[in-house]
Amino acid sequence: MPFTSRFLPSALTMDAIRTHNLTRRFDGLTAVDRLTISVAQGELFGLVGSDGAGKTTTMRMLAGIMDPTDGEAWVLGRHSVRDSEAIKDDIGYMSQRFGLYPDLTVMENMHFYADIYGLPRRGRAEKIDRLLTFSNLTPFKNRLAGNLSGGMKQKLGLACALVHTPKVLFLDEPTNGVDPVSRRDFWRILYQLLKEGVTIFVTTAYLDEADRCNRVGLIHKGKLLACDTPVNLKQLMRGAILEIRTSDPRRTARLLRNRFSDATVGLFGDRVHLVTGDPGTGETAAVSLMSAEGIELLGIRQIEPSLEDVFVSVLSRQGGAQ
Amino acid sequence: MNGTETGYAVTLTDLSKRFGDFVAVDRLNLQVGRGEIFGFLGPNGAGKSTTIRMLCGILPPSGGSGTVAGFDIGKDAEEIKKNIGYMSQKFSLYEDLTVEENIDFYSGIYRIPAIKKRERKEWVIEMAGLREHRSSRTAILSGGWKQRLALGCAILHEPPIIFLDEPTSGVDPISRRNFWDLIYHLAGQGVTVFVTTHYMDEAEYCDRLGLIYRGELIALGTPEELKTHQMTEEIVELFCDHPQDAMGLIEELPGVRHAALFGRGLHVVVERAAAAVPAIERKLADAGYTAVQPERIIPSLEDVFVSLIEARDRQEAPQGEFSR
Amino acid sequence: MKYQRIKAVAKKEFLHVIRDPRSLMMGLAIPMLLLFLFGYALTLDVDRVPLMVWDQSNTPASRDFVSRFAGSRYFSLQETTDNYREIERAIDRRDTLIALIIPADFARRIETGHRAEVQAILDGSDSNTATIALGYADAVTRGYSQEVVLEHARRTGTDATIGQLDVRPRIWFNSDMISRNYIFPGLIAVIMMVITALLTSLTVAREWETGTMEQLISTPLTGPELITGKLVPYFTIGIIDLILSVLVGEFFFDIPLRGSLWLLFGMSLVFLVGALSLGMLISIVTKNQRMASQLAIVSTMLPAFLLSGFIFPIENMPLPIQGITHIITARYFVTILRGIYLKEVGIDVLAPEAGFLAVFGGVVITLAIRKFRKKIV
Repeated sequence: MPFTSRFLPSALTMDAIRTHNLTRRFDGLTAVDRLTISVAQGELFGLVGSDGAGKTTTMRMLAGIMDPTDGEAWVLGRHSVRDSEAIKDDIGYMSQRFGLYPDLTVMENMHFYADIYGLPRRGRAEKIDRLLTFSNLTPFKNRLAGNLSGGMKQKLGLACALVHTPKVLFLDEPTNGVDPVSRRDFWRILYQLLKEGVTIFVTTAYLDEADRCNRVGLIHKGKLLACDTPVNLKQLMRGAILEIRTSDPRRTARLLRNRFSDATVGLFGDRVHLVTGDPGTGETAAVSLMSAEGIELLGIRQIEPSLEDVFVSVLSRQGGAQ
Repeated sequence: MNGTETGYAVTLTDLSKRFGDFVAVDRLNLQVGRGEIFGFLGPNGAGKSTTIRMLCGILPPSGGSGTVAGFDIGKDAEEIKKNIGYMSQKFSLYEDLTVEENIDFYSGIYRIPAIKKRERKEWVIEMAGLREHRSSRTAILSGGWKQRLALGCAILHEPPIIFLDEPTSGVDPISRRNFWDLIYHLAGQGVTVFVTTHYMDEAEYCDRLGLIYRGELIALGTPEELKTHQMTEEIVELFCDHPQDAMGLIEELPGVRHAALFGRGLHVVVERAAAAVPAIERKLADAGYTAVQPERIIPSLEDVFVSLIEARDRQEAPQGEFSR
Repeated sequence: MKYQRIKAVAKKEFLHVIRDPRSLMMGLAIPMLLLFLFGYALTLDVDRVPLMVWDQSNTPASRDFVSRFAGSRYFSLQETTDNYREIERAIDRRDTLIALIIPADFARRIETGHRAEVQAILDGSDSNTATIALGYADAVTRGYSQEVVLEHARRTGTDATIGQLDVRPRIWFNSDMISRNYIFPGLIAVIMMVITALLTSLTVAREWETGTMEQLISTPLTGPELITGKLVPYFTIGIIDLILSVLVGEFFFDIPLRGSLWLLFGMSLVFLVGALSLGMLISIVTKNQRMASQLAIVSTMLPAFLLSGFIFPIENMPLPIQGITHIITARYFVTILRGIYLKEVGIDVLAPEAGFLAVFGGVVITLAIRKFRKKIV
């Protein structure tokens, strides 16, 4: 094993996850391109990107169920390829698709995974009870998993992935397609786990969720565009955002697009966002434009950029989405 | 286009659908004006897809009536199909065909007259920004492109109404913004857009919203109306370190319904903000939090959505899927 | 290998089977249906062959001879005639399958103790039935001629053992439905081969398709544990099928089991390891239910039906094909079941076949385990 000595420090610095130039190619397509990240123990790390950005592939390689084409990864100091089986006792993984058996009940699924992880008989009932309570599934424990709602399925998936008290939890788009009420529930559970010291690696396409992570990696076409805390990421935003509310938002957006460049204007329902290098001059220009066109200005203010604004800004600097 | 005397693109009167004992859609009443962007929201299994299927003439209703583009959804299902465009989250494109071949295929399906064919094809290619990729296999296109191509194919025959079922799920933010620009453009030309979505920020883009839950329409109005009139509770927003710990403390206070993480901060649902704000400030200060400035805000659509659903659950038996 | 994990997989797999009416159907109902269908339909006996007679002799002796045919359950006398043209037409129209022409000197030659010849014309276009019918005709004739010889001997006081007239009825010619006795054990073998391989061919592929496999491979569960656990329920189904088959044979078809029941079960266990693992291997390699089931059917059903000797005797096949039959598992199981059912043979005789099945099972299960990888490629 020639590289171990060089990269072993991951074990010493106690990073829960560490990758070095992690790469995966599928004939011709590079799904993950030289990804280098590290996630500290007890951290909630969010990998954010659109479909096909490489989120799932990254997560599969970290969970030891897919081999990288190039580069390396360590989870809890263990090599993701050479020690892939040793990793599996200490991680919980929840795939994007519902990975449980729809024809088994909630309890049967839980017991199955408890057996697979070799959970001792003693204390097992308490552990399962606790997880069911934790995920609000107790009233449904005899229901077939296939008959649960989307949000409950996700919670059951989480409960099963937690049955062996893993140190690192991998969640692949856990809230995709789940309604807001269940999403809130789900995040509440994640924070509870974080308090117990579990490291959580989560992927999501929802940028508002990314804001809740300790650190966020923005991934696009397999490449990591940026990786930092949400607050620091927002520093990457070039310029400021003005939120403009008028009596005719659609026309306002059209006028602003003609006046400024296309990429800097966004229409969000009844509000228009304008990205401007200097908020002072931007505001003056917008106000005079509105009065010249006879559009009633209801309000204009500078707002804090959202992660989505940051993502868009970083992406357009990198040559656009396409 | 198929103008209707009423000026409405969609009218529904007591529209219902039962599957055996299960009421999937319960006496839905709704009118959508021409050129309106109507957002249809609700959790999975609430009846969204069933309603859309009835509107598209694929599924006959079990009760009530409705018209789409002036045609009766019970009797004129085939006419409706000619007058609507439908695009689902699973883009119905053939991955092994090229962009042009996909467009040609749908031209055939919608029987676009030969003279118009070229023009419509160029229009779709232009709109989707696929000029340089017209001969590329669809499989290699990015999500945003596929989505615009699918939209183009769905409106080749220039329908007065289009139905979009979660059209932007999983697409990158720039493509999503571009997509919505297209939608606004179509609406500006008088096309009615009926869209379902899970993204609450996207719901804000709609002219009007309907929230369906357990088969019933439980709220209807513009985003502004929903945010200002629908909520009985008030929302307090605050930012602090370790919000997950603060949540627990805040929820112990009287008059607080619950707290939820919202972006970087917390949204606290309270009965009366005037009483809750000082209470929260005091409680967190005692616990050693500094620089917490709770303030009452206009609720987000997500707050409204959650609040309405929870209010509904409290009314009914606590056996529901979302009971806590 | 951890027992707890194997047990967990087996239990879950049992629940899948029990809760899915389709897999229960496929595992239990379809084998029984096939057993009944083939048990009734697939008999090599031919009943009531339509017969035409041109009796040129028209004597008490010739009429006695014809009555032997008409009175047997194997022939049914359609009509008599006095020319070839009508015979030809009747055969063309398939009104008759066999025509007997009794020469004018028939009675005289028999009276005088000479050889009498009877001509039989058969419809060769249905050669299988024709051969069987000819066999029957031959047997009826021999029976008759034996009687004639004995009668002649009694009358003339000479020794009855006159050279060529020493005939005995063939074994397969009797009033029992012998061919069913012969087919039934082979049928059990073929059905078990096809059904068990088909059942397991779906199990791993289904988990890849529904996404549950992705979850499983992220756990410490090992390949051998998964495969062993998955085999258990299908093993049980295979044994239940065998028990039901033996009972059906015993009570519906009156097919007695002459040999040892325990040997039958022991051999079936060895066979099942191979058949089930074959399905499993197919499932593991294809990762796709539709492809797996098609492959399972093609790789078990066709060889089992055509090359196992179940219907078509291996000795009659061209040599290269005979060679191929040596690698068809069903061939050995057919031989074993027939041996136990019909000939009451023991392990001493069946050892080579049993040995082959054991080796086959070992090889296939090892391959399945080696081919299963806990990785998404």
